[in-house]
Amino acid sequence: MKRLLLIVLCSLLPLTGNAMTPEEQGLEIVREVDRRDTGFHDFKATMTMLLRNKHGEESLRHMRTNALEVENDGDKTLIIFDRPRDVKGTALLSYSHKTGSDDQWLYLPALKRVKRIASRNKSGPFMGSEFAYEDLSSQEVEKYTYKYIRDEQLNSKDVLVQERYPVDPNSGYTRQMVWVDKAEYIPLKIELYDRKKALLKTLEFKSYKQYLDRYWRASEMFMQNHQTGKSTLLTWEDYKFRTGLKSSNFGKNSLKRAR
Amino acid sequence: MKERFFRFILDRKYLVILLTFIVTFAMAAGMKNLQFSNDYRMFFSEENPQLTAFEQLQNTYAKNDNVLFVLAPKDGKVFSRKTLSAVEELTKAAWQIPYSLRVDSVTNFQHTYAEGDDLVVDDLIREADSLSDKDLLRAQEIAVNDPLLVHRLISPKAHVTGVNVTIQLAEKKLTEVPEVAGAAQKLAQQIEQKYPHIKIYLTGMVMINNAFPAASVKDMKTLYPAMFVAVLITLALMLRSIPGTFATLIVIILMILGTMGITGWINIKLSPPTTTVPIVIMTLAIADCVHILVNFLHGMRVGLAKREALLESLRINLQPIFLTTITTAIGFMSLNFSDAPPFRDLGNMAAMGVVLAFILSITLLPAMMMILPVKAMNADSRGSRAMMHLAEFVIRHKIKLLWVVGGSILFLIAQIPNNRLDDQFVKYFDETNEFRTATDFATDNLTGIYLIEYSLDSGEAGGVSNPEFLRNVEAFAQWYRQQPNVLHVNTLTDIMKRLNRNMHADDDEWYRLPDKRDLSAQYLLLYEFSLPFGLDLNNQINVRKSATRFIVTLESISTQEMLAIEESAQQWLAANAPGMKADGASPSIMFAHIGNRNIRSMLKGTTVALVMISAILILAFRSLRIGGLSLLPNLVPIGTAFGLWGLLVGEVGLALSVVSGMTLGIVVDDTVHFLSKFLRARREQGMNAEDAVRYAFSTVGTALWVTSFVLMLGFAILALSHFQLNAGMGLLTSITIGLALLADFLFLPPLLILFGGRTK
Repeated sequence: MKRLLLIVLCSLLPLTGNAMTPEEQGLEIVREVDRRDTGFHDFKATMTMLLRNKHGEESLRHMRTNALEVENDGDKTLIIFDRPRDVKGTALLSYSHKTGSDDQWLYLPALKRVKRIASRNKSGPFMGSEFAYEDLSSQEVEKYTYKYIRDEQLNSKDVLVQERYPVDPNSGYTRQMVWVDKAEYIPLKIELYDRKKALLKTLEFKSYKQYLDRYWRASEMFMQNHQTGKSTLLTWEDYKFRTGLKSSNFGKNSLKRAR
Repeated sequence: MKERFFRFILDRKYLVILLTFIVTFAMAAGMKNLQFSNDYRMFFSEENPQLTAFEQLQNTYAKNDNVLFVLAPKDGKVFSRKTLSAVEELTKAAWQIPYSLRVDSVTNFQHTYAEGDDLVVDDLIREADSLSDKDLLRAQEIAVNDPLLVHRLISPKAHVTGVNVTIQLAEKKLTEVPEVAGAAQKLAQQIEQKYPHIKIYLTGMVMINNAFPAASVKDMKTLYPAMFVAVLITLALMLRSIPGTFATLIVIILMILGTMGITGWINIKLSPPTTTVPIVIMTLAIADCVHILVNFLHGMRVGLAKREALLESLRINLQPIFLTTITTAIGFMSLNFSDAPPFRDLGNMAAMGVVLAFILSITLLPAMMMILPVKAMNADSRGSRAMMHLAEFVIRHKIKLLWVVGGSILFLIAQIPNNRLDDQFVKYFDETNEFRTATDFATDNLTGIYLIEYSLDSGEAGGVSNPEFLRNVEAFAQWYRQQPNVLHVNTLTDIMKRLNRNMHADDDEWYRLPDKRDLSAQYLLLYEFSLPFGLDLNNQINVRKSATRFIVTLESISTQEMLAIEESAQQWLAANAPGMKADGASPSIMFAHIGNRNIRSMLKGTTVALVMISAILILAFRSLRIGGLSLLPNLVPIGTAFGLWGLLVGEVGLALSVVSGMTLGIVVDDTVHFLSKFLRARREQGMNAEDAVRYAFSTVGTALWVTSFVLMLGFAILALSHFQLNAGMGLLTSITIGLALLADFLFLPPLLILFGGRTK
């Protein structure tokens, strides 16, 4: 009952806009997004990455991902490569944090060694894709400041349009425009603007599916780079929630066992 | 028919003037469409194989341009707190340059090192202001020893450093290049103001592209006024008639406006070569006007009424002017054989201008002369007397002349092989050009602008990780590094070796290629993982991971030397790694071939023009023998000019390859005038060959040397161009026209007397 009230209140936000500044409104929206996606505990999924260059040449990468929700901090994620064959078993473990750099470890099976990677760099491309690391790591409320812009329709859905501005000075972006589904509070589209404030990329979320009657996950995430003409299609399959993953499954030594 | 047309022009003078003005202004309205091309690729046709190869390489990897800021601190120390602070500030600010994808400098260089079991990836320099002397020294050590930095962003002595901005133009508007260049210049000024101990030079592909229109505009500002002054003075001296000078000037202005207007209507983009068009056609138009006006003024002096004098002048001049217009236009149109589109444009524009000049000089010019007050002046007879002396001299010494001139011609032609091909595109700009001085500084102190790129193919998807392939690539890199004039080799194998060392606690023992395929593949994944914003593996490896890009940076060497290096690289590949054989491609390679390609294509073009012109001459003169004989004075000037050039200069390239076709049409004019007078004397007045030569000298001798002088002057003014392509072309054309006059005065008459056939 309390939750229902909240939803009603939130959907009335634009109407009560006079009472709140656009910044407060923006923060309210993202808090609701966050609230609705909290409590999934953990999930497993497989991920296919289709990289395409300007001239239509393509390459495909297969990986599996495990994620663990961490209270009051960013999630822990383990990504294991399956294909191409020569990188099979390569695994990346990351602890994302609400502020500061994330912790990352990489395991190279050919070397049988785990390396911690200390880097402030989160704006770099994720595994050669058009997704930056910061586009894929868990989206914590504290990572941005927000501003509500307007209500509108996107693909005949009611959406809230807001802007967000990265807090981290190492971010590759100055601004992002986010289209949030007004009914479900899930992102439908994000436009990403680079350091010179020019449109760099557009991210579209497609084929949302609901898990555990609550958590929405997009089956396809399509990132188009407008400046280089390259694109990446990320396809998610076999989502399994609350699989019993524990913190110990995300330790440094779990990397070697990951295959 | 002709008479009626001319009478119409003279009687309806106001109508004619009005009509010509309306028509030319309608054409001139097209000038609003004129735009400067600012892309070095304008010099290459779409079917150019070197351009195709380079575009293919760019499609496989990345197609980028760049702006390179070269920072030279006055104390010669890059690794000082104040200089590095400037680099840091510039690096940050440069992200704001329009269309920038990425900024690279020594400060934001992603330095990777091992720290126990950790792999640390960080900016090489952060907050330069707070660094200790020890930190600075350490950073310098790292920078000058990193193969990815030295000779690219830092000089080995660490006295000059670069900030490279990768630019991805949208290629939608012509304003993109000046926009980027303008932003870069402004930024450089700001940094220089804030850090007065640093001098900044700007080079890179965007800057070269931006330099083309800049050079054209500069040429227009200096050359056009010089040309107008020269024209006015020469005309006034030659014609000794203010109304005649005035009318010619109007004709010239309308012709230039009309030509440039049509150029705009048919969307030809302006380029440094085509900015010479107004000067070229101006000189040619003068010749038409002078011929008509000289005969007209002569008619007035011998007592004809103005209208009759004009009619007579038009009557006797129509055919030769028409003929020379056609031959000149054919000569210019032969430039369509050129592989370089700007020279095709130059040829077509000049051909249009020449035709327009012909039309205006038989319509507007006489109509204006009808209105302007003209007084008959006393003739200046010194010129014609000098011509008579010359005629006697030539006739008396005909045999000697034939031997002496013939011998000199053979000697000069034998010097043609002294010419070496060279097309270093930086040297297209002279030393007054800011881009040229900046690039010279950069190549003297930091890096090279001449590159050769290869796409080395392993032949299988994922094959770049194959240890055998990597060993071959490394051997190729080692071979290249041993070659003279090679500054830098950018190869994937260096990255592999560095990662291998990093993963083994920075132990130098491990600075070698991984020996297992899956290990290299996993290193690549690690490398991809560490790449910063705006960089991805695709700059070095194709999407299928079957091939890698290999870039060699060379010192400023001649294109001959560059082709020689590429040739031996091909031999090395064939002998050592035939599987990954690939042709080198790059703008430098494109320019290295362009001279040769153009000379071959222009040889074809010139031959076609020569055949057409000779056919026209044979028909016009109705004599196979005279038409055939005319080949000699038409060809000799070009051969001897290139010979003289070989003696004096010795370097030819793209621009000079078009001179033969262009001058052919012009030098023919002199021969036409001389021959037509010679034949008229023989046929109509039954003179013998010697008398006919005397007649030709006395009637056209003065006009010939005067028009040749104007042409030489016009093309010599081009030699003042700041764009070396134009300067060289102007100078050689000027020399050719001078030699053509000598051939017509000293070589053609003896030939005519000895081989010109008998009197009927």
